[in-house]
Amino acid sequence: MSFAFAQSGHAADADPIKIGHFGSLTGKEAAFGTATRKGIILAIEELNAGGGVLGRPVEYVGEDIQSKAGESATSVKKLLSRDKVVAILGGNPSSNSLEAAPLCQNAKIPMMAISSTNPRVTEIGSYIFRICFIDPFQGAVLAKFAHDHLSAKRIALLTPVTPYGIGLSNALRKRFTELGGEIVAEQKYAEGDKDFKAQLTSIRTQQPDVIAATGYYTEAALICLQARELGLNVPVIGGDGWEAPQLVELGGKAVEGTYYSTGFSASNVAPEVQGFVKRYRARWNGEVPEAVAALGYDAMMLYADAMRRIGTTDGSKLRAAIAATKDFPGVTGRITIDEQRNSSKRAVILTVKNGKTEFVAAVAP
Amino acid sequence: MTEFLQQLLNGLSLGAIYALIALGYTMVYGVLRFINFAHSDVFMVGSFIGYYVGHHVPENTVWGGLVVLFVAMAGCALLGMIIERLAYRPLRGAATLNVLITAIGVSLLLEYSGQVFFGATPRTFPSVFPSTNFTLGTLVISSNQVVVIAVATLLMVVLELIVFRTKIGTAMRAVSLNPKAAQLVGVNIDVVISFTFGLGSALAAAGGVLYALNYPSIDPLMGVMPGLKAFVAAVLGGIGNIPGAALGGLLLGTVETFVNGSQWSTYKDAIAFAILIIILLFRPAGLLGKASVEKV
Repeated sequence: MSFAFAQSGHAADADPIKIGHFGSLTGKEAAFGTATRKGIILAIEELNAGGGVLGRPVEYVGEDIQSKAGESATSVKKLLSRDKVVAILGGNPSSNSLEAAPLCQNAKIPMMAISSTNPRVTEIGSYIFRICFIDPFQGAVLAKFAHDHLSAKRIALLTPVTPYGIGLSNALRKRFTELGGEIVAEQKYAEGDKDFKAQLTSIRTQQPDVIAATGYYTEAALICLQARELGLNVPVIGGDGWEAPQLVELGGKAVEGTYYSTGFSASNVAPEVQGFVKRYRARWNGEVPEAVAALGYDAMMLYADAMRRIGTTDGSKLRAAIAATKDFPGVTGRITIDEQRNSSKRAVILTVKNGKTEFVAAVAP
Repeated sequence: MTEFLQQLLNGLSLGAIYALIALGYTMVYGVLRFINFAHSDVFMVGSFIGYYVGHHVPENTVWGGLVVLFVAMAGCALLGMIIERLAYRPLRGAATLNVLITAIGVSLLLEYSGQVFFGATPRTFPSVFPSTNFTLGTLVISSNQVVVIAVATLLMVVLELIVFRTKIGTAMRAVSLNPKAAQLVGVNIDVVISFTFGLGSALAAAGGVLYALNYPSIDPLMGVMPGLKAFVAAVLGGIGNIPGAALGGLLLGTVETFVNGSQWSTYKDAIAFAILIIILLFRPAGLLGKASVEKV
């Protein structure tokens, strides 16, 4: 008995620390999983180049969930039982994280969701964390930005009837009213609508300083086009649902001077961000890192930081260490894990200028 | 007051597009007594032809825009005639239900072939006509709205002239009135039906290009909603009745826009369709339709 214990203790010194990652490397959501994987691998290679964590090398164990429902659970089961990973990284779409989280919670292995913004993800249990921000947070950031940087007093909301849009608009309304601003018009539309002239015409009568369009990029671009056609030339703002090349392609001149919030921008001038962008481009053939890549990198580095603080990879102790993370210097901002196990950090505001996105400011709600 | 006029203008330009599509439904119904569900997908193909041609003509010129419009209309007229020849003509004389199901089949075929050939991701329609804004006091009129209303009005006038002032138009009306009798007096029914499909499809293509000008994000399933609305517009005006389809389209577009601009925008389709039900309760044949007794 004691012999077996000693041997396993000895083996642990040389054994790598296995970190599991699940994400879509193929299929329609492949862009998210692939970029996240690249960020994680970069972090692991840097950790190993610096002598590993707790004197042990870190090993990447990846599973491709093929953009299919149900694969997240299968992959995580494999990672937990066969590979015996000490922590899990992953979940881009919230649906993937919601599948995997109960398994990690039962196995008492920490899981860090990468870009799942649905608040329910971390509500599953005490072992489930999140490295990105959640929708209400973004809404508050947008309100603060409109108030401080755009000196807006009157905002008109144009909200799609989706959980994302409603969540964002509610948070924006709450924070903006707290700051002393006024929501002068609230118009809604259904996802997939293409005609917004009616809503914009009635918004125009209220003369807002800023229009907040809390939907996705196609609708945002059409809204900007139609607003300009109606002679409404005020700034339009939105959340990270705007982040896609199609915004500029479709919107053209109409989206110039609009603003949106997101978790990370490669054009952020902060030295830690520029250092990361440079290392990432050197490792991955000159590719510019997207937000999900930076989030994957930060999640891995945050795990390493927590392990170093407690000197072990034991699940329950690691969980407590992650939960106690405060002011961790990540490339997506200084991360503090709050009581709901979400990351609290600054969001980045980007603007469209000459057909390109440009960094404007980092804003805390 | 300005808001009212602005909304009216928005509504009319949306309604004009519905009207163009509705005309195709109504004409085919007029001669064949069935609903051509593939019509809304011909509308989609029209925008895609416009998209491809639009990349080969100089942007923001009137003649470039007219070339795009003309090529899309000609292409879809051909497509409409091919559909009729291959899918509907073999079923002529068969039960209406069979033809109706075939129409749904053709519609799905076009939608999903579109996804294969054009891709499922939305494309950005080029701005083919020059675009500027005219201001009239506080009323803002965009040149696209002017183009939509002008082109739609022109096409409707041309259609009216074709149907009432030409030989083929007279033949169409004859077939619509009584196909057997028309055949007996020497009308070539195949040519007339083929022509009707071509004409209707050309109007749908014009609608498609105009729609894409105003809402420049196009995809293979873009025809579904406007197609449904246009069908409703055709029924509203009295199916089979050409001025009725135009009136129905304008009315539906305007009502939808006014609801959209109000606090009940989420219910816009529900309200538009509720109005349809109410009108049909009082006028079962539609606004301009004549109630006719079905002869057995």
